[in-house]
Amino acid sequence: MIIKQNPHLAGAAEAARALPDFRNLGVVLRILLLVNGLAVVAVLLRNADVSLLSDELLDMAMRVEFPLILAVALLFLLQPWLARCAAVVGWLAVAGVVAGGAVFSHGLLASADGGLARVVGWALAAALCVLVYFRRHVAAHEPALAEARLLALTARIRPHFLFNSLNGVLGVLRANPRRAEEALEELADLFRALMQDNRELIPLADELALCERYLSLESLRLGERLQVAWQRDAAADTALVPPFLLQPLVENAVFHGIEPGVGPGTVSITIARRGPVVHIEIANPLPDPTSQQPGNRMALDNIRERLMLFYDLEATLDTQQEPDAYRVRIVLPFRAAAPRPRP
Amino acid sequence: MSTDFAPLSVLIVDDEAPARDRLRDLLGDIADTQPTRIAGMAASGVEALAVLEREPVDLVLTDIRMPAMDGIELARHLGRLPQSPAVIFTTAYDEYAVRAFELAAVDYLLKPVRAARLAEAIAKARRLRPPADEILRQMAPAIRSHFSICERGRILLVPVAEVLYLKAEQKYVVARSAEREYLLDESLVQLEDEFPERFLRIHRNCLIARHAVKGVARATTGEDGEAHWVVMLDGVPEQLPVSRRQWPAVKEALGV
Repeated sequence: MIIKQNPHLAGAAEAARALPDFRNLGVVLRILLLVNGLAVVAVLLRNADVSLLSDELLDMAMRVEFPLILAVALLFLLQPWLARCAAVVGWLAVAGVVAGGAVFSHGLLASADGGLARVVGWALAAALCVLVYFRRHVAAHEPALAEARLLALTARIRPHFLFNSLNGVLGVLRANPRRAEEALEELADLFRALMQDNRELIPLADELALCERYLSLESLRLGERLQVAWQRDAAADTALVPPFLLQPLVENAVFHGIEPGVGPGTVSITIARRGPVVHIEIANPLPDPTSQQPGNRMALDNIRERLMLFYDLEATLDTQQEPDAYRVRIVLPFRAAAPRPRP
Repeated sequence: MSTDFAPLSVLIVDDEAPARDRLRDLLGDIADTQPTRIAGMAASGVEALAVLEREPVDLVLTDIRMPAMDGIELARHLGRLPQSPAVIFTTAYDEYAVRAFELAAVDYLLKPVRAARLAEAIAKARRLRPPADEILRQMAPAIRSHFSICERGRILLVPVAEVLYLKAEQKYVVARSAEREYLLDESLVQLEDEFPERFLRIHRNCLIARHAVKGVARATTGEDGEAHWVVMLDGVPEQLPVSRRQWPAVKEALGV
């Protein structure tokens, strides 16, 4: 099976979008660390007398923290607008916010040393350092992103699934042609999704629909042995997720939880939105607790890596092995999809 | 040439119902040139052996990956029958197994199976016997779930999990479960190799199931009147002597 990836390179638009996402926890954390680091370096370079070092550091902190937090808060608020506007406008807006913050806090603290121009100069220099850092960060991750997509393509859907499904379709074709038709349609949908350009985030509802098709195909082969317990939350349907976030996990659940068992087993899929985060849990029984799950590790690493690339530090993936069950839990920030124009 | 043959009796083994139906349909399609009679259909190796107990067959078509007992283990047990049936494996996609089959010249069919290929395999089937145990052992990295004993032309299965200890006695190995003893036609060394996680060697002639160990004690057994270490197991009254040579390893393995 050869799956061609879309030849367009990994998003020229993304590279041009030089501004980081100011609502991402990882980005905010990096800004705070970076600016404070710069401030400490500046103090160390200027410092002539070691005995005064702690005083100078304290003094610097007083002058830096307030405008820094003010600017970060403003950028947080402006993020939806910044994400839409052109790169040049975005950079100018950031400069404006930073300069404004510096001017405001300068007036408020009435700091003795240095004029207003100097304070604003330092603030802008720090902002420039931060933006350049993020730009380089994105550039460094660009190949990794492309590779993650490729990994996503190759790690998804075990090849034996295709052959087993086709064999299942052939098996019911004479006795139940309607079920065979349905199964071929589901197979077509799955492979259409698989061959799509998987760069963009998709609504969770779409990913869940894909999982439903996949499970329906598997139930053709496995019959009564495959039971599925869905617990969905309509409030999470519009959340944006990387494509093929859940399907490989559901596939693992079937492969390790249902196929090795003689009797029926239940794969449970639970979705819940709690305020700004979406909780997802996929659980399967463990009919053969001694069996290792080598393929599992690969799929999990792959998904963890992609979560990291798409959400930085804001998403987590945990697994829990119990004596008779295996659970994968994902927590990710809720970001709603814009209402989609129908194609 | 078609009607010169008596119909071959076939057992179909696959855990997926559509896959079984598909093979049954195909056997019907090629009945003109390769007459067959379906003796039964089974969803696992264990079920297949139960069918064979009622009625011997000429050919077993078996899937590889199945719950309870996989196809390769089934073939190993079939090899113990005095009139062992021919075995053809079916598999959807399994690079490892396919390569192993090629090397061992074992017949296999790739799913979805084609009628022409199935007819070809059946034409050869009269000459086929289950592959040698040695080949199957190398092919299946998975360990067996059952021991098998051939009694009066039938296969008796003993779940490996129920065996408490294995003791070498002359030509045989005695496998002891809580209920009774079985004579296995295997070597203790091979068994130790196959189940290193499950069985622990405590003596030149004895392996014990790690999970069944109740405790160890000093006891005077044997003629020399010297005190030895012995292992006590859940479910059987015997005290099994630990040889002086094995004692350090046993002590470490059991954490005593």
